Amino acid sequence: MYPTEGAARSHYRLYAEWLAAQPAERLAQKRAEADALFHRVGITFAVYGQEEGAERLIPFDIVPRVLPVEEWAKLEAGLKQRVTALNAFIHDIYHDQQILKAGVVPPEQVLCNSQYRPEMQGVDVPGGIYAHIAGIDIVRDGAGEFRVLEDNLRVPSGVSYMLENRNMMMRLFPELFSEHRIAPVERYPDFLLDNLQSVAPTGVSDPTVVLLTAGAANSAYFEHAFLAQQMGVELVEGQDLFVRDEAVYMRTTQGAQRVDVIYRRIDDDFLDPLAFRPDSMLGVPGLLAAYREGRITIANAIGTGVADDKSIYPYVPEMIRFYLGQAPLIPNVQTWMLRRQEDLDYVLAHLPDLVVKEVHGAGGYGMLIGPAATKDEIEHFRKLIIASPERYIAQPTLALSTCPTFAGQGLKPRHIDLRPFVLSGKDIRIVPGGLTRVALREGSLVVNSSQGGGTKDTWVLEDPC
Amino acid sequence: MLSRTADHLYWMSRYIERAESLARLVDAHYRMSLLPQSGDAMVQSLSSTMTALHVEQAYRERHESIVPMAVFEFVSLDRDYSGSIVNCLRAARENARAVRGSLTSELWETLNSTWLDARSFMARSTPRTDIGHFVEWVKERSHLTRGVTIGTMLRDEAFYFSRIGTFIERADSTARILTAHQNDLRPGADASVVPDPYQWSVLLRALSAFEVYRRVYRDVITPYKVAQLLILRDDMPRSLTRCCKEVYQNLQSVRNDQSRETERRAGEIHAMLHFTRMEAIIEVGLPYFLQQFLARLRDLGDRVASDFLVPPAEA
Repeated sequence: MYPTEGAARSHYRLYAEWLAAQPAERLAQKRAEADALFHRVGITFAVYGQEEGAERLIPFDIVPRVLPVEEWAKLEAGLKQRVTALNAFIHDIYHDQQILKAGVVPPEQVLCNSQYRPEMQGVDVPGGIYAHIAGIDIVRDGAGEFRVLEDNLRVPSGVSYMLENRNMMMRLFPELFSEHRIAPVERYPDFLLDNLQSVAPTGVSDPTVVLLTAGAANSAYFEHAFLAQQMGVELVEGQDLFVRDEAVYMRTTQGAQRVDVIYRRIDDDFLDPLAFRPDSMLGVPGLLAAYREGRITIANAIGTGVADDKSIYPYVPEMIRFYLGQAPLIPNVQTWMLRRQEDLDYVLAHLPDLVVKEVHGAGGYGMLIGPAATKDEIEHFRKLIIASPERYIAQPTLALSTCPTFAGQGLKPRHIDLRPFVLSGKDIRIVPGGLTRVALREGSLVVNSSQGGGTKDTWVLEDPC
Repeated sequence: MLSRTADHLYWMSRYIERAESLARLVDAHYRMSLLPQSGDAMVQSLSSTMTALHVEQAYRERHESIVPMAVFEFVSLDRDYSGSIVNCLRAARENARAVRGSLTSELWETLNSTWLDARSFMARSTPRTDIGHFVEWVKERSHLTRGVTIGTMLRDEAFYFSRIGTFIERADSTARILTAHQNDLRPGADASVVPDPYQWSVLLRALSAFEVYRRVYRDVITPYKVAQLLILRDDMPRSLTRCCKEVYQNLQSVRNDQSRETERRAGEIHAMLHFTRMEAIIEVGLPYFLQQFLARLRDLGDRVASDFLVPPAEA
């Protein structure tokens, strides 16, 4: 927000003036009001393994993150390009595997991946779309360039916070919205429903969509309930569904009712105890068989996880060139693949400067942040890496961009990222902005809500005056 | 509507209604305990009420004798007793949370903030002075929940199942409170005998019927009329007749292929109450009548569950 001491970047100017004019008490009071509202509305998430804090608030920061519309336009084009290529990739690896035959991606990286589902080979899904909902994590590096940090193609979450953060800002500071031209995000649930209906099995005219949740104990349950309500669809658990003659039904008070599209918010492993984990109580026996017959659409498709694996991530720019014949609009973060000897040598020599991530890890767990780690932690990780280098990738610690954030008594710079949500169906739609996550601890680069991250409203300013 | 959703809505309403009924009982006895001359009569009323509500055993596992203040705290705020008011409020909120997408946000926020406030009541260290305040607050929250339900919910299955839960619970509660007082209420040959004024005030206040009684009968309190008011008066919101009428009507709105027999039984119970007379009830005896009624109500609840809420496994 402040490139040099004292002078705000132009798209922040109006906001900075407004902020400077606000008495500290008013801001403190508004922050307390926001907390009370989030509690009352029950916008909470569950933290696994913490009995006492079973339901907690994600800290919400009242200082918005602002993107000028021309920057957003570039991002939007890059996101569409990337998700188009990712969908083409997933289709390819379950059909002709041209990218593997061409040697662009090593076959063993894909075919031996635990997220690769051989059950999906040769299965045609409506429109050839696999990742109907994608959350692409974007960071801005020290040079001010946007980069993709991670693709989330399984069950990306956070969109409810994007919507509720906007609600909250409008409730707390209505005057800001009349002074700024902020691109609206409210239509996301409409777009999502439209998107899900557009990928219903062929021949279904008025498809019934449901949202499949693991239940009220799941960490993202609030979001599941919120989206189901906003779309006006049933929020179902596995026990509410059953398969008969390879068609899926839900148990209702008026008997069995046919289901056409399942927006699932549980992982592949738990979807069908007959096909995947037999101990899963969350799934629906026989679901995979119905799916393979084309009687039901599952969004995101089964088997998308292989494409958001960190071991596949380094190849995404190549995918874009391979399938689309285009140069990638948003680059990746530089990544060392430790399965390669020269990368491994480099990383082992530079551990204190790098971030090392487990390829199958998620949520900020199983990673080493070199500059913040103790000597012991680094040595511990060194042993892990040497034992199985193929399980790790490494990236430079980016000089991530920061955004002013309330911390203690005043505004402090804190690191942020951005997760826009990309909807793919008949066409690709993205509501402007996304979820901005912020690392609330000083110097921290980890923005995950499970590890002390918070969120902000994200403004795409249509008219920076 | 999903069967599981209907089940949660049904229990959400039952638990809120149960919390209110308990709060009314505590309130009535608490007021009585403040009167200097109450003494034994109050303890006796409290004891028979605890028996009728199946509270007594759980209480005696933790306490030696019936001490009114200890009973009030136990029923109101005990976090380990699953039937306490705070735990009813928790259960109502947990059921609501499981189906929050089917509720209006006003209704969800009402139930959620009720639970959040209940937690702070629990956290306070001096409930003794707070009991009167607490039960008053519970009643208000129940009124508010009901008002928000009626004022904001679409008249669809979600609403009807919630109402069925409310009225089955209310009928159950009224019948149990009557059971606790069945000995005082035995309307014998001498219908003008007034046994114990304290018992009456507790009974009538617990059912929000004290003022109603005066208004309807403009007369001294007699067992015959009390029983008539609470069992047979169609215009009395907590009478058995009224509750069963509501259950029957709401069941008609959610009818499905297999619910015919359940609907018939609900209609039968209502018709029996609607067309019977006090004399007929006196003839079979009030205890027997109430026992029969509770059994039929339980059967109705089981049938609602198997027809709509927890249908047997799919063939």
